[in-house]
Amino acid sequence: MDFRFEDVDGIRRSLAGANYLADDGIAGIVYLADRLGKPILVEGPAGTGKTQLAQSVAEITGARLVRLQCYEGLDESKALYEWNYKKQLLRIQASGDDSDWSEIEDDLFSEEFLLTRPLLEAIRAEDPVLLLVDEVDRLEVETEALLLEILSEYQVSIPELGTVTAAQVPMVFLTSNATRELSEALKRRCLYLHIDYPDLEREREIVMAKVPGVDANLADQVARIVRSIRQLDLKKSPSVSETLDWARTLVLLGIDKVDAQSATDTANILLKYRTDIDKAVKEFADRPDDLVVDNDT
Amino acid sequence: MTVTEQTGPPTGGGREDTPLLDLLSGFIVELRQAGLPVSLTENLDAMEAVTHIPIADRDAFKYALGSTLVKNHSHWRSFEVVFEVYFSMRGDEYRLDEVAEGEGPEGEPGPPAEGAPQGGGGAMSGLTPEQLAEMLMKALMNGDQAMLRALARQAVVRYAGMEPGRPVGGTYYLYRTLRNLDLDGVLEGLMDAAREESPEDLTPLEERLERDEFSDRIEQLKQEIEAEIRRRLVADRGVEAMARTLRKPLPEDVDFMHASREEMADLKKAIHPLTRKLAVRLARKRRHGRKGPLDFRNTIRHSLSYGGVPAEPKFRFPRPAKPEIMVVADISGSVAAFARFTLHLVYAISGQFSKVRSFVFIDGLDEVTGFFEGVEEIGEAVHRVNTEADVVWVDGHSDYGHAFGVFWERFGRDVGPKTTVIVLGDARNNYHASQSWILKEIQHKARRVYWLNPEPRAYWDTGDSIVGEYSTHCEGTFEVRNLRQLEAFVEKLV
Repeated sequence: MDFRFEDVDGIRRSLAGANYLADDGIAGIVYLADRLGKPILVEGPAGTGKTQLAQSVAEITGARLVRLQCYEGLDESKALYEWNYKKQLLRIQASGDDSDWSEIEDDLFSEEFLLTRPLLEAIRAEDPVLLLVDEVDRLEVETEALLLEILSEYQVSIPELGTVTAAQVPMVFLTSNATRELSEALKRRCLYLHIDYPDLEREREIVMAKVPGVDANLADQVARIVRSIRQLDLKKSPSVSETLDWARTLVLLGIDKVDAQSATDTANILLKYRTDIDKAVKEFADRPDDLVVDNDT
Repeated sequence: MTVTEQTGPPTGGGREDTPLLDLLSGFIVELRQAGLPVSLTENLDAMEAVTHIPIADRDAFKYALGSTLVKNHSHWRSFEVVFEVYFSMRGDEYRLDEVAEGEGPEGEPGPPAEGAPQGGGGAMSGLTPEQLAEMLMKALMNGDQAMLRALARQAVVRYAGMEPGRPVGGTYYLYRTLRNLDLDGVLEGLMDAAREESPEDLTPLEERLERDEFSDRIEQLKQEIEAEIRRRLVADRGVEAMARTLRKPLPEDVDFMHASREEMADLKKAIHPLTRKLAVRLARKRRHGRKGPLDFRNTIRHSLSYGGVPAEPKFRFPRPAKPEIMVVADISGSVAAFARFTLHLVYAISGQFSKVRSFVFIDGLDEVTGFFEGVEEIGEAVHRVNTEADVVWVDGHSDYGHAFGVFWERFGRDVGPKTTVIVLGDARNNYHASQSWILKEIQHKARRVYWLNPEPRAYWDTGDSIVGEYSTHCEGTFEVRNLRQLEAFVEKLV
């Protein structure tokens, strides 16, 4: 079996080339997943680039991204495969009276009448693919079992057809926001990667890479302020994507140095709860009394 | 085989490298001892993973092991501690030389920073404490990692006073080192320096940011010191012994009554995701759970299309009963933390109940439902309960009998057939009258009465604990010492 990546550093470099700044852990685990041929379960707070990681890895390996968005009520026929009933019915009607039933029956359950859904599609693909199963935690516990066969054996069993085995082992990413505990069986089959909020340096670099027209000073300030805000006890800490939105806003407003006033005015981009905004503003405001007057005038 | 005998990392990590595999299996046994659920497959994965990652690259090695063995982020801390113990002696930059002499370690603190005298640690041992403090200040100011590491070592050598074979835990040494460094003073010093450096006055925002930055660096320094102490202890006592002493319970296993301040902070962090997961799970259960009773009329109507045969039974919409909850919590010192967490959890999922009322007591009793109404921050409300509720009657020692008496007198008529009463406390009554007849009366009127006791079952009914007497009037008495047990109980409740 040949591998996609040479070494950990190479991954980090090419991911950086695709505008995704990976830290040691991320690059190392992607490398390991490739070597061991195992799926990666990516968990972490919302907006820290879990899905983006899968997309970037697809980009650097030149693989086609096959995406399965999970939701409550997702079932076999939407995730794996389905028989094309209408077409089957047509086939029966078209055959007339004289044909042999067993022949029709064989014919009905052939690949021609099979509708592939994302999981099967990823397995059957001839070209390199990357399977992304997004927000796995939205599935019900029972439906999770759908994934198990694919994740460990890279195959799908279809009762009428037999087992479809993957031509090549695709890279598989699963993402989860940890709204519920995933089953042991699923976790056991995956490598586990927890992506947390980035540290100061990485966040600064991310801002630099993703926001056009931002200068180093502003990026540094943005990263520092966001880090301080994350230390507060908030309902929802600002995510990386919100940091980026904020940085973009500041650039658009032509602010090159954040002070308490501009931070207060734009806090609603970073934080989404009234109580959180109040808390942050209180922490960072110059002299709270003066501020109120400023706002009024 | 003792691990400390192996100096220097093995080249690569091939399959034939049995010492590594031995070490790894010892490591995994220790992880299981610490409570992490490591399955056999995961074990095998880890074994395979290390053949691809050289052990010399310690960070990559750690992540490789972590990704195969730890599948829950809240277990990461425990994993890290065990990892440090088992693998801290490996990797060049971490090698420990000449510890016993009390000389400065000959580790290489990287390229010497400008202004620092000759990077080598040996030179440092000649410094006066003042010079050392100054260097520390400078290193923190510039965020010089290599220098900080060297200084951390030096500080441990100098201040911790470690003696081989002395049966003292790492925290003791840590405390001694930190006391001598006076890091709070250092932080203020750094802030002063930053103020001086900047051309104009720092705005509060800037000051705040600077302070966060420096605190962060000081935190790093502390971690370096801690790691250094740990390395030395491992060198002294061997891996297995250290792993045992450093073993930390997972957040969900931390005992409410004996949690350290740090563990408390972890618990507080853990309760948020826990309540969210619990709420989602309960809501789902409710939605998918069961079918309602048979809808006879509807079934007959649908039977018409089958020629009068009721082939397709129809069911009424399920209307699962939502219990009404009354929480009566002892918030005296010994069990306060437990009451806090339980209240937090109950209110976080209050949507699952038709009504939640809460009462707190020590020897007097007060209703605190109002604190939670219309409040977004449950944590804040719980805090108010602890500070504002009027719960002291005579002397501020738990008196369950009197508290029940007040409850019965003032709120007894509100207890109805839909009410589930939950009593929280250790039932240590300080030898007052038990008044358990009140609980009996409550049980008669209420749907259910549960008692949650944060003490280990073995301590029940010892000393002034009279939980046995009360529990005869309860539907269930549960030992709830940690988040795991609490979660299990709450789920059962709904």
